[in-house]
Parts: sequence; C-alpha cells; structure tokens
Amino acid sequence: MSAPALTPALSEPWPDARRQHQAMLFGLWIFLATEVLFFGGLFLFYFRARLVVVTGFEAAASASNPWLGTANTVVLLTSSLTMAMAERALRAGWRGFARRCLIATTALGLVFLVVKGFEYHGDIVDHLVPGPGFRFTAHGAVEFWCFYWAVTVVHAVHLTIGIGLVLRLLWLDRRRQLEPHWMAAELTAVYWHLVDVVWVVLYPLLYLVGRGG
Amino acid sequence: MNEPNHPAEPSYLANGTTLRSWLTTTDHKRIAILYAIGITFFFFLGGAAATVIRIELFTPKGDFVSADAYNRLFTLHGTVMVWFFLVPAIPTTLGNFLLPLMIGAKDVAFPRLNLLSWYIYLGGGLLTVAALLAGGVDTGWTFYTPFSTIYSNSAVLLAALGIFVVGFSSIATGVNFITTVHMLRTSGMHWMRLPLFVWAMYATSLVMVLATPVLAMSLLLVIAERAFGLPIFDSRSGGDPLLFQHLFWFYSHPAVYIMVLPAMGVVSEIIACEARRRVFGYQAMVYAMMVIAVIGFMVWGHHMFVSGQSPYASMVFSFLSFVVAVPSAIKVFNWTGTLYRGQIRFSAPMLYALGFLGLFTLGGITGLFLAAIPIDVHVTDTYFVIAHFHYIMVGGTVSAFFGGLHFWWPKITGRLYSETFARFAAVTMFFGFNFTFFPQFILGYLGMPRRYHAYPPEFQLWNVMSSSGAVVLAIAYLMPLGYLGWSLVWGARASGNPHDATGLEWRTASPPPTGNFAVAPTVTDEAYAYHEHGDTADHPEASPARVQGR
Repeated sequence: MSAPALTPALSEPWPDARRQHQAMLFGLWIFLATEVLFFGGLFLFYFRARLVVVTGFEAAASASNPWLGTANTVVLLTSSLTMAMAERALRAGWRGFARRCLIATTALGLVFLVVKGFEYHGDIVDHLVPGPGFRFTAHGAVEFWCFYWAVTVVHAVHLTIGIGLVLRLLWLDRRRQLEPHWMAAELTAVYWHLVDVVWVVLYPLLYLVGRGG
Repeated sequence: MNEPNHPAEPSYLANGTTLRSWLTTTDHKRIAILYAIGITFFFFLGGAAATVIRIELFTPKGDFVSADAYNRLFTLHGTVMVWFFLVPAIPTTLGNFLLPLMIGAKDVAFPRLNLLSWYIYLGGGLLTVAALLAGGVDTGWTFYTPFSTIYSNSAVLLAALGIFVVGFSSIATGVNFITTVHMLRTSGMHWMRLPLFVWAMYATSLVMVLATPVLAMSLLLVIAERAFGLPIFDSRSGGDPLLFQHLFWFYSHPAVYIMVLPAMGVVSEIIACEARRRVFGYQAMVYAMMVIAVIGFMVWGHHMFVSGQSPYASMVFSFLSFVVAVPSAIKVFNWTGTLYRGQIRFSAPMLYALGFLGLFTLGGITGLFLAAIPIDVHVTDTYFVIAHFHYIMVGGTVSAFFGGLHFWWPKITGRLYSETFARFAAVTMFFGFNFTFFPQFILGYLGMPRRYHAYPPEFQLWNVMSSSGAVVLAIAYLMPLGYLGWSLVWGARASGNPHDATGLEWRTASPPPTGNFAVAPTVTDEAYAYHEHGDTADHPEASPARVQGR
C-alpha cells in the first residue's frame, strides 16, 4: 500500500518517508514474531498437559466461564475493527472520525479488562486458583488453571500496553501531532491486532475445551 | 576504491562531553561505548567468581568456601558470563559500533530503541546484582526445575527476573540489526558484498529474536510457580519438570550460536586483512553461517540425553548435532584456506584470531564427542563438558572479542596501542587458556563431576594445573586494561586506516564523526579486495596491498 500524501514526522537515519515506513513495519513484524514465540512456550505447556493428563485437564477446563469469555471475544474483535478504522481514517484525513475511533478502541479495551476482572472474581469465589482449597483434585486438573491464570494475565498485560499506546495517539491528537505520526498509528494498530489474534487462539483453548460432550 | 571519505565535523567523542550527552545519546558509536562499560564490569564480576572457584579447587577438601557458597559462586559465574557478557559482548559493542559503518549507514535503523536496549540491559544487570546482594542463587545458570521452583532457598526470583529483563535488550538489538541490514545498506552494497562480520551480526540477530522470547517465557513460568504458587513444572499435580529443560535449551543451545557467530565474523575480518587475502569461499562462509543459525535450533535435545527423553528423539538430536558441525568445519577450512599463500602479519589481532582458530576447532571436535550418545552418557555433567564449552565460549568467543577489540581499537578511540604488549597478552592468553582448560578434559574423562567444591585426592594434580593456568589467564585478561588504558591518553594518533584494510569503516576518520561519512559511500567492489581476482601470492609484487603494508 502506498504511503499517503501526509507529511510524516521523519526520524534519523531515514532520508525519506517511504523507507522509514517500510523499516518501521518490517521491524514491528520481527517483533511480532518474537511475541509468537513468547506465547509459543505457554502453548507448548498447554498441549503437553492436554495430551498427557487429559482427563483431569479437560474436566477442570469445563469450569471456565464461557459467557464472559465469549462476550470478551466480541468486545476485542470490535475493538480491532475500530482500531483499523481509526488508522484508515487518519490516512484519509478524517481526523475527527479517527479520534472517535481511537476513543472507542480505548473504551473497548477497558471494557475487556473490566469483564476480565469480574471473571477473575468469579473464578476466585469458585476456588479455581491453584493452591490450598483448589476445587479439583484429579491429576492434571490444576494444570489447566495454571495455564488459564498465566496466559490471561500475560495477555492482559499486553492489552494494557496496547491501551497505553492508543492513549499516546490520543495525546498526540490533542497536540495536533497525530497526522504527522500516522506511522505510529499504523504500528499501534498492527500490535493491537496481534493481541487480538492471540485472544482468538486462546478463546477455544480456554472456553471450549471439555464441553464437546 | 578505497579512497578516504573524511568529513569536516568533529569526532563522535568530541560531540558533547557531559554525562548527560552520553546518557541521552542515540549515536550507535556512543551506545557501543556505554555497552562496553557495562560488559567490562560484568566480565570482571564473573571472572572474580571464577577466581574463587579455582582457588577452592586447588585442594581436594572443601576448605576455602562452604558447599553452599560454592553453589552460589558457580551460579553467579555462569549467569553473569552468559547473559551479561558473552551474549551481548560482541553484538552490542563491536556490532553496534561497526554495523552501520560497514554498510555505509549513518546509524542503526532505530537509534532510540538502541539506547533503550542499553537501559534495559542496565535494569536487568541491576536486578541480577540485587540477587547477588540478597545472598546469591544456588541453582546453577540453568535454573533446572524442580530445584529452582520448589526447593532452592536462594534469590531465584530476582535473578530470573533480571535475566527475563535483559532478554528484551537482546530482542531490541536483534530487531534493530535485522532491519538495519535490510534497509540501510548504501548504494552498491549488495548482500553478497557485505563483510562477513555484517553477515554474522545478521545471523546472530535472527537467532536472538527467535530464541530469546522462549527463554523469557520459561523464566516467567518459573517465576509464576515460585512467586504465585502455580505448580506448572510440579510432577505431583501433573506438571512436567522436563518441559522446563526443553524450553530452556530451545533458547540456550541457539544461545551458543548467539555467542559464537559474532566471533566468527570478527575472525573473518581479521584474518582477511592480516593475511592480505580475499576470504576463501566467501559465499560458502555466508551460507555456513545461515545454516548454523537454522540447524542450531534443532539440536537442543543433546543437552538431555540422560534426562529420560525418548531414545528416538536422542538419535535424531545426535544426528542433527553432527550435521551442525559441518558448516562450522567449512568455516575452519575456509579460514585456513584464506591463510594459504597469504602475506601474514603476526599482529596482536591476528594472534588472537589464530588462537581462536585452534581453540574453536578443539572445542568443536570435542563437541562431536558429546554429540555421540554413548560418550555423552559417560561424560555427562563432568569436567569434560565444562572444558568443551569453555573452549568454544572462552577460547573461541573471548579470544575473538579481544582480537576484534584490538583490531578496531584505533578506529574506535583514534589511538594506537603498544603492539609489543598486545602480542604478549595474546600469546599469554592462548597458553593460559590451554593450561586452565585442557586438564579439565582429562578430569572429566576420569570422572570428576562438575559443580562440586570437594573431590577425591587423585584428581588434585589436574586441578592444580588448571588453577595455575587460571592465574596466567587472569594476567592475560588484566593486561589490556593497562596498555589499552595507557593508549587512550598517551597512544599515538591513529590514521583513518592504520591496518591498510578494506571495508567502509576504514574510509572515514578515526575516531569517526557523529554522521559517520561526509557523503554516503558507494560500493563498487566485492568485500576484501586485497588483491585482484586471480592475483595470488604467485605474483606478490603485483599486489598493491603488499607494497603499502606496514
């Protein structure tokens, strides 16, 4: 896709916007590759536990809350839509619309975290925290909830960073600096989508396992 | 083709002298210096731990430090040397300084990210020092579960957090270097004209960005188990302690290549220049590095032959470990081929490089012993393994790091060091190294296990030899502090190209100005044009390089 006619904020050592744009996207994609490998370690843990201690694992998985999980999936997918619209709107020069989309993205990200907070509360009340008083005793049951807590917290940290990056864009907008920083908006959007894609993979792993009958 | 390209602006060292100008710099050359300070500190911290270890092992009885203190000492030594010295040493100092210069760029692709990576390194380092002050860690640098998660009473959390943090500085450097090589090569600098050091940085960066996140996750899981009570690796509840070893070695074997690929790049530059020869088989050298980077990801299981993993897995890992030796051997043959009929100058950098060649070869060949399952079972966790990987990492990487430090010292500082002292240090290091570590091969073969502070008396002779050699080695490491420090103040000024070397970094002034070049240089020739194509030492008088040599 060609770079828009907007005058971008250039940084050293780039001579022109096209090169800088290519390099920034390229660098970000390499970073996203590291993220995939980062989560890969956790997924390996999940698949090993699900293959080796399958009975207890799947029984414990059926205690997760699919309603809140599904609601959060809808929220996050919608936030990716508003994020994508914000980035495209900015390139088209619709600054006001871009701002409203960024605000919506921030709000949806926060809604996700709030829903997650209620879900965590329910999990704690249901004795689903590994440790003393854990609800299940079957071999492998606790492994599912280890994965659940580890991966959702890591994901929530990523989302929080994403919200911070979107807030930075809004701050740039307040200073009327957003349009020259359209590259930053694009990079933020790509990162946001990654956090979303990770959730799309997590959704079946966390909420659909052990419910197939 | 090698005309000077000196700008009028002042050198990068003169561009601001306040502490603030250094701590907020985005100049890749200044960041390299910042890293060098941190790396030197950690090198001597890890070295101090090694000194105490060797003093303890002088006698069979555990009489100098307690068993518990000894555990903390070798953990400190391993942790600091691997993550705070060997992994970042060459990429963040020589790499940061030279990569943009060698490809004719003004800076790396993301200068601010580069500075951030140094602060992350500093943060990780502080956490690790805090772990040391909190009493140290006794798990060994490998953090094996369940000891690290359940049983150890030491500061595992702080140390694991420190290494987790420092990993992100590796990732940032890797992302930066890959993007720089792809996007900032000057006109005419095709991929197959890149100096081999640049290729080495590129291959290293690929391994860094693909392996380091897995280490980050495995340490995070250890932290989650230790701090938050999630029994992830606890077999009593269905977890698998071996999973940690798989995740850990999935990083830590490629990390060996993170440490040694940059060394290969440094040595290629030195040997080509000091033998006045084109690198023999340039393309094979490039492909060999890339193949090492890829296959290096598929051999981690050879650290786990006695872990109870499937014997079929062990067979495959054994086979692949033999395969990864092939490109390494190609490189050794090609360095030797480059020397053939060269006009060799036995300068200090060349002595370090030749030392690398011998020690790396010995380390590599003993690596083949360890790739063979029957021998590995016999010598697992003995001093044979210790000697093997010290030949690669100390004999190989540290020799090359010192070689590169000397080779580019005039470029970095603008000063010439004392060649006599430097040669003496290089030779001392080679002999001191062999005195220290060769006896350990024999110790290991005779059955002395690693990580014990006391041992049966029949091993004493070899241990005394090793500890005595370590004294020589320590002197060889301390000497450069003296004469290199001396050169900073009293050394003669270096010209732009004191070695009469090819390569863009030698076309600019020494030390280079902040913007590196007056005008973006253009490349019209292949790397290492020390003589015309087909012009060999059969006609040395035809080679202009020879005439202009020192």
